[in-house]
Amino acid sequence: MTQIVDPGLELGTSDVDRDLPELALTAVRRPSLWSSRELIINLTRREVAGKYKRTVLGHVWSLLNPLATMLVYALVFAVILKQDPDRGNPSGLHNYALYLMCGLLPWSFFSNGVTSGMFALIGNSNLVQKVYFRRDVLVSAQVFSLLVTFLFEMLVLVIALLAFGGMPLPWVPLALLVIVLLTFLGLGFALLLSVANVYFRDTQHFINIAFQLWFYLTPIIYPLSRVQDKLRADHLFGMSLYDIYELNPLTRFIQVLRNLLYDNRFPAWSDVTYCVGATAVALIVGGLVFNRFEGRLAEEL
Amino acid sequence: MSGRPAVVVDGVSKSFRLYHERNGSLKAALMRGGRAEYEEFPALTDVSLEIPQGSTFGLMGDNGSGKSTLLKCIANILRPDTGTILTAGKLAALLELGSGFHPELSGRENIFLNGSILGLSRGQLRARFDDIVEFAGVETFIDQPVKNYSSGMYVRLGFSIAINVDPDVLLVDEVLAVGDQAFQDKCAAKFAEFKRNGKTVVLVSHALGSMRQMCDEVAWLDAGKLVEVGPPGPIIDRYVDDGHHAEESQDGSRRWGTGEVLISDVDIVDASGEPTTLLHTGQEATIRLRYQTQQRVQDPVFGLTVWTRDGTEVWAQHTHDAQENFPDLDGAGEVTFHIPRLMLLPGAYDLSAAVVDRSLSHYYDFRRYCHPFHMAAGPEKDRDTGGIVRLGGSWQMAPSDVPVVAGG
Repeated sequence: MTQIVDPGLELGTSDVDRDLPELALTAVRRPSLWSSRELIINLTRREVAGKYKRTVLGHVWSLLNPLATMLVYALVFAVILKQDPDRGNPSGLHNYALYLMCGLLPWSFFSNGVTSGMFALIGNSNLVQKVYFRRDVLVSAQVFSLLVTFLFEMLVLVIALLAFGGMPLPWVPLALLVIVLLTFLGLGFALLLSVANVYFRDTQHFINIAFQLWFYLTPIIYPLSRVQDKLRADHLFGMSLYDIYELNPLTRFIQVLRNLLYDNRFPAWSDVTYCVGATAVALIVGGLVFNRFEGRLAEEL
Repeated sequence: MSGRPAVVVDGVSKSFRLYHERNGSLKAALMRGGRAEYEEFPALTDVSLEIPQGSTFGLMGDNGSGKSTLLKCIANILRPDTGTILTAGKLAALLELGSGFHPELSGRENIFLNGSILGLSRGQLRARFDDIVEFAGVETFIDQPVKNYSSGMYVRLGFSIAINVDPDVLLVDEVLAVGDQAFQDKCAAKFAEFKRNGKTVVLVSHALGSMRQMCDEVAWLDAGKLVEVGPPGPIIDRYVDDGHHAEESQDGSRRWGTGEVLISDVDIVDASGEPTTLLHTGQEATIRLRYQTQQRVQDPVFGLTVWTRDGTEVWAQHTHDAQENFPDLDGAGEVTFHIPRLMLLPGAYDLSAAVVDRSLSHYYDFRRYCHPFHMAAGPEKDRDTGGIVRLGGSWQMAPSDVPVVAGG
């Protein structure tokens, strides 16, 4: 006899008389980064698309903001304090605003990336507590969404450099590689701090202060040549202050990017190597710490 | 259902840290030498169970019994301290609908975003997009930001995305009661389809009625420990009894209540007035309750439930719904319920009887499964093929050259 059963009423019956698919029992594993790539893209897109929704100017803001910062610094340092930038060698550029932006844009990208990545877990706590997925994609998406904005800013900067007589174009591919490194340096810091911020909410306040100090310890608003000689004279722990100053990976990154875009020449190999090394260390340390604490995130948030 | 397990939980324990100082400040941690003070709260203690592939499996227990924690452990949101959890095939969890929606983005954008969080690829989402939108019933609003959605549309869209992940094991936490009746029916049909396709559903719910109906097996958790696993009927009964601190009465049935009035005897009498436990379909019958009060009881409400022996509720009524208002009770007496034709089909049945106050929430006395009885076939020649009740209808057929009168 054929049984005709309304699908809505069949819930109580337990005789599913068909062959079930053979499925192997496995422990739930963390999905690979590769299989999470679409998620990273979509989350990045969410950040980019969501950021300027309901503003009249929309994404123009992402260009207006650095432009405004540039005007402020240029006014203070070039007009009032008469700061004199290095002359581009061999480009011959001599423009404080452009010199500043070659350092300020990468710095802002790095510091904003780390800061917003630091909040990625706390800001998405409802998601972390309700759905399983790789948690580091949240941090990555924050950093990558800022990378999108940063690339636009850099595009405008390159156009401006061209307009003022620089010749940055042959160096753009190399600059892009350095930007990739800088992104992963920021990601390493963000991974570490995002977890730290879940356990200690003090992290965010501490980091705000640290970044202010870090900003002035990096040759962004002043040329490196201005501090070089003075710092070489003083010693601490058997190292010259300049050596300590140069431990800052951002100093190296900004030197490299300035060499490429403002000076239009190949940077010092020592700087390039240092950038690669610092990025590797930051990414490995950040990744390891994140993996170590990822499992408890849902309950600690 | 097959013998193969879809989920194996083996010796799982999970405790939470209850910090003495709410989420540590760095200063406090430094002063204590890096370690925050906390107490371990055991949410799950050595839980082991197997969930068969193709079954609907319920987790039940009081608030704080650890059922949601177990579900989250299976979903890999929480990591057990000890023990292992193995699952077969793809897993999806419906713990909260629409979590991860971005309010400023459109429904369309959110489908792709949420879908990829749940592990669907862009291609899969594109293929299922129309199904998702249609199932959620948000076609006209799909390009509106979801913040403009009604709360119903919001959860419907969330449910629709999650269900279209098409997992092998679906974990559900108290989210069945979303949307209007039409949507709930759609959900029930979807769950049924799931089951037919051999998928496994694990659900956490306090709705014992639907657990009884939907689940093939349930697990009862109490204070983080597994009490028992098995078919839903008896376990849910014991769980309810436990919650009411029921005692065993002389005849072995369970009862609870405050005891101002007690149901001393439950009988079914046939047309001749003789108590019996064997009745025939279509026969006249009367259910008779004898009561004895300990003190005067105002506005009593009597109730009866007929069950099949495997725990399906066939019928229930109390005197309040029957529009009967009985006078105050004082002393002993009898309440009867007369059934002119008892239309239950042959099989084993049982009765529950209760007397409660007018609010229907205060139990003076509740007696579960207090009068088992059997039904046998009645004198009629025509037989019923299956089911629980006899509808007593008749078949007719109209030859094809005669126009069929609708409703005739």
